[in-house]
Parts: sequence; C-alpha cells; structure tokens
Amino acid sequence: MVVQALFFYLFAGICVASAFMVIAARNPVHSVLYLILAFVNAAGLFVMMGAEFLAMILVVVYVGAVAVLFLFVVMMLDVDFASLRQGVLQYLPIGALIGGIFLAELLLVVGAWTIGPGVPKAVAAPIPAGTSNTEAIGLVLYTRYAYFFEAAGFILLVAMVGAIVLTLQHRARVRRQDIARQVARTPAQAVELRRVRPGQGLGGSA
Amino acid sequence: MEPFFSTYVWPVVVIVAQSLLLLVILLIAIAYILLADRKIWAAVQIRRGPNVVGPWGLLQSFADLIKFVLKEPVIPAAANKGVFLLAPLVTCTLALAAWAVIPVNAKWVIADINVGVLYIFAISSLMVYGVIMAGWASNSKYPFLAALRSAAQMVSYEVSIGFVFITVLLCAGSLNLSRIVEAQDGSLGLFSWYWLRLLPMFVVFFVSALAETNRPPFDLVEAESELVAGFMVEYGSTPYMMFMLGEYVAIATMCAMGTILFLGGWLPPVPYPPFTWIPGVIWFTLKALFLFFLFAMAKAIVPRYRYDQLMRLGWKVFLPWSLAMVAIVAAVLQYGPAVLAAVR
Repeated sequence: MVVQALFFYLFAGICVASAFMVIAARNPVHSVLYLILAFVNAAGLFVMMGAEFLAMILVVVYVGAVAVLFLFVVMMLDVDFASLRQGVLQYLPIGALIGGIFLAELLLVVGAWTIGPGVPKAVAAPIPAGTSNTEAIGLVLYTRYAYFFEAAGFILLVAMVGAIVLTLQHRARVRRQDIARQVARTPAQAVELRRVRPGQGLGGSA
Repeated sequence: MEPFFSTYVWPVVVIVAQSLLLLVILLIAIAYILLADRKIWAAVQIRRGPNVVGPWGLLQSFADLIKFVLKEPVIPAAANKGVFLLAPLVTCTLALAAWAVIPVNAKWVIADINVGVLYIFAISSLMVYGVIMAGWASNSKYPFLAALRSAAQMVSYEVSIGFVFITVLLCAGSLNLSRIVEAQDGSLGLFSWYWLRLLPMFVVFFVSALAETNRPPFDLVEAESELVAGFMVEYGSTPYMMFMLGEYVAIATMCAMGTILFLGGWLPPVPYPPFTWIPGVIWFTLKALFLFFLFAMAKAIVPRYRYDQLMRLGWKVFLPWSLAMVAIVAAVLQYGPAVLAAVR
C-alpha cells in the first residue's frame, strides 16, 4: 500500500503542478507541453485504478492526436504575449465563475459518496470476475450503451464533414497526379519513335 | 521487515536487473543493426561500406559512439534550450520504453500487461513529440518545416497501423502480445502464422512501419536535398546521437512488432523436432532480423516518395483498404463458422 500511495501522490502531484503550469507558463508552446505532461500523469492515475484500457486510450487519443493538433496551431499562430496579459483581468470573472462551477460539481460528486452510501453501488458497476478491463468496457459499450456510442460517433462524423465542407475548395486548373493512368500507360502511348534526317529536323513544325 | 523485503525490494531488484539486461543487449544489437544497415546499403550499391574500424568494420558503431560523445554539444543561441535538449531525451527514452512489453520468448517479457498492443501504439504515437519539439525549439526554418511534415506523416500512418493492429487483435482475441503469439501456434507451423491469413495487412503494416519510423522511401523528415537534414539540422554530438539511437530503436521495435503480430514471435517455423529444440529467443531474433533486412533493402532500392504521394498513399489507399479489411475480418470471424456449417 505504501508504494501505491507513493505513486499516487507522485502522479497526482505532477498532474496538478503541470496543470497549473499550463496556465502559468509564459510561452504557449510550453503550456501545451505541460498539458501533455498532465495527460500522461492522468493516464498513470488510470493505470493505478486498474483502468489500463482507458489509460492507453487517453494517451493515444489525447496525447497522440489532439495535443499534436494543439501544438501545431500554437506553433503556427504568432501569439502576442503582451495583449494576452492585458486580457487576463477582463476574463478573470468568467474564468472564476467556470472554475467555481467545476469545483461545486466535483464537491457534489465526491460528497455523494459520503452522503448517500447506496450511490456508488449504483454508479460503479463492478467488472465481472474473469474478464479483463478491456473486455468489460467492450461488453457494456456495445450492448447497454450502443446507442450513445453510435451517437458519439455521429457527432464526430458531423464535425469532420463540417470541417471538410468549410475548407474544401475546388480550384480549376490544378494539375493532379492520376497514378492509375500513369501505371496503365504502355510504351506505345508514351514514346513515339521518329526517324530524323540530318539537317532537316522533324519538318513542318519549324 | 521480511514481508516488506519480499513484496517490494526483491521485485524491484528483479525488474531493474531484467530491464538492464534487456537494454544492454538491445543497445549492442542496435550498434550492429546500424552497421548492418550501412553494409547492406553499401552492398546494393557495390561499395564496401564501413570496413576500417575493427575487423570488417565491426567496431564502426562504437567508434561513432565515442566520436559523438566526445564532441562539443552546440546549442544555437536563439534556441529554446530546455525543449531543445528535452527533444532527443524524449525520442530516446520513449523508443527504449516500448521494449518493456515485447515478449522475446514465452514468458520472457518485463511487463506482461493486458494492453500490450495499445501500449506500443501509445508509445509510437508519442514519438512524434521528439520530432515536433526538436523542430520548434531549434528556432530555424528548415527544422520547423521538417518537423511539421514529419508530424503530419507520422500521425497519418498511425491511423493505418492502428487498423492493422485491430485486425490482428480480432483474430487473436487479445491485446496481450504473448497471447497474440500463442494464438498463432498451429500444426501448420509458419503457415498458421498471421502473415498468410492477413497477407494484405502484413503489406500495409510493413509500408506503414517504414513511414512511421521515417525510413526511406518515406524519409521526408530528413530529405537532405530539400531540408538539409530535417529537424536535426541544429543538433550535433550527443543529442544528435540520441536521435539516431531513438530512430534505430524504433525501427527495431517495429521489426519486433511485425515478428509478434505476423511472424509468430518466438514460435519455430516447423513445429516438430529438431526445430522445437532451438530456443524461442533465437527464432524471434532471426525473424526480427529478417524484417530488418527488408527495411534495409527498401532503403537501398526504393527512391524517395514525394510528399503529396506519401499523403495520398496513407489516406486514400491504406486507410480505406485497412478499414475495409477490419470489416471483412470481423465478418469472417463472426459469420464464417455458421456459413461453413450451413454449407456442409
């Protein structure tokens, strides 16, 4: 137990500290890198809870894909730090409000465990014995929550279609490579042999 | 005190010893596959390759190591120093960390975790950060362009590699790498491994692995004719060596993954004596080296892809193909037995 507690505080401590650095870092690229550190440590916490599938998916999806896009955008944007600093006080009330709502919700969730002893039993369905974590998630995801799962997929699909529609533009006169046509081309279509007489050239064209 | 020792101290000592043993063997193997890579490349071009340091150039990699370590590390004045030095560390550490879950023989694995495939996938998706961080922190045009290119490349090919993994997982019914190898154990020997049943996916895996590890013909990251040396332009001495080390360890990891997923891991090609007397780790090494030979030959033979061709191959060829294969494999596994029974 000692070692478990030690690792919990290690992961949790780094996670909170790097989450703080996300908003405290001067350079936005550093902020994203701290965000990645926070994600990885959250994955470590998932592993400690025995949710190794969620941990790996968190790393693959959020760190491997979403944060890469964040990093791309932040690197490409020329962020003006001075104007960002000035906006802090202006946005502080809204930020504090959202933070307060989050805190209240978290307290309610944690409080429910202590207030109503029956609540965690209804919320946390135990993993059936003999199945691994991954199998257990698959079993509920594709049976009990199949509609929600499909709905989530549709939302992502709609977002993707929307992004493509917004950015796709058919430009005329763009020369595209048609690989199938290139491969299907025979020497007879591609090369023409002409007998060129000395001093006369190909005739006509000159 | 006694239970504390047996529950905490002893397992830690064992894991550290195993990890060190694996790392030392792996690093020596990397030194020699690096040499083999150069030798194969030279042989294809009818050159001799490195042949001066040691007999047949066998000590070339160690000479290179000493050279890199003794050189002065130069950090550009405009670079972001912390991130600049962190990038090679990230690349190198992540590449080595992947080997924690790779079983080189039955039960010869440091961490026999249930989500081994996902772990490897997560590690390889993190590898892109070494490249982006290096490109950005160098604060220079060419590294930055190369980093953007290579990040897009690695993210694109991860998608098709993910689908390849899924087809293998469907067949094996497990995410544990040892279980995947055991699922390929059949009376047909090498014909019951997945390379035959999933041959199209094996091809997709091999090409995607080339792209994922930035190997030629997909080495647009380096593309020395366009981008000098890609994201590593500003690096020298030990940090540069760590990039190279990370790159080759990642290649070795991909060869090991190909061996585990498609070539039956440590299983002998013919499941009868005398082949079964040979230890599994030797079979594993031979198969991984065979895959590495293919990697090296691809580097020597195939000309570099253009960037748009690379993206086309990843998104318009491999992605639909592997997606269709996932559906086909799942359908065959689900309805195949019932159809067979109905036909009989």
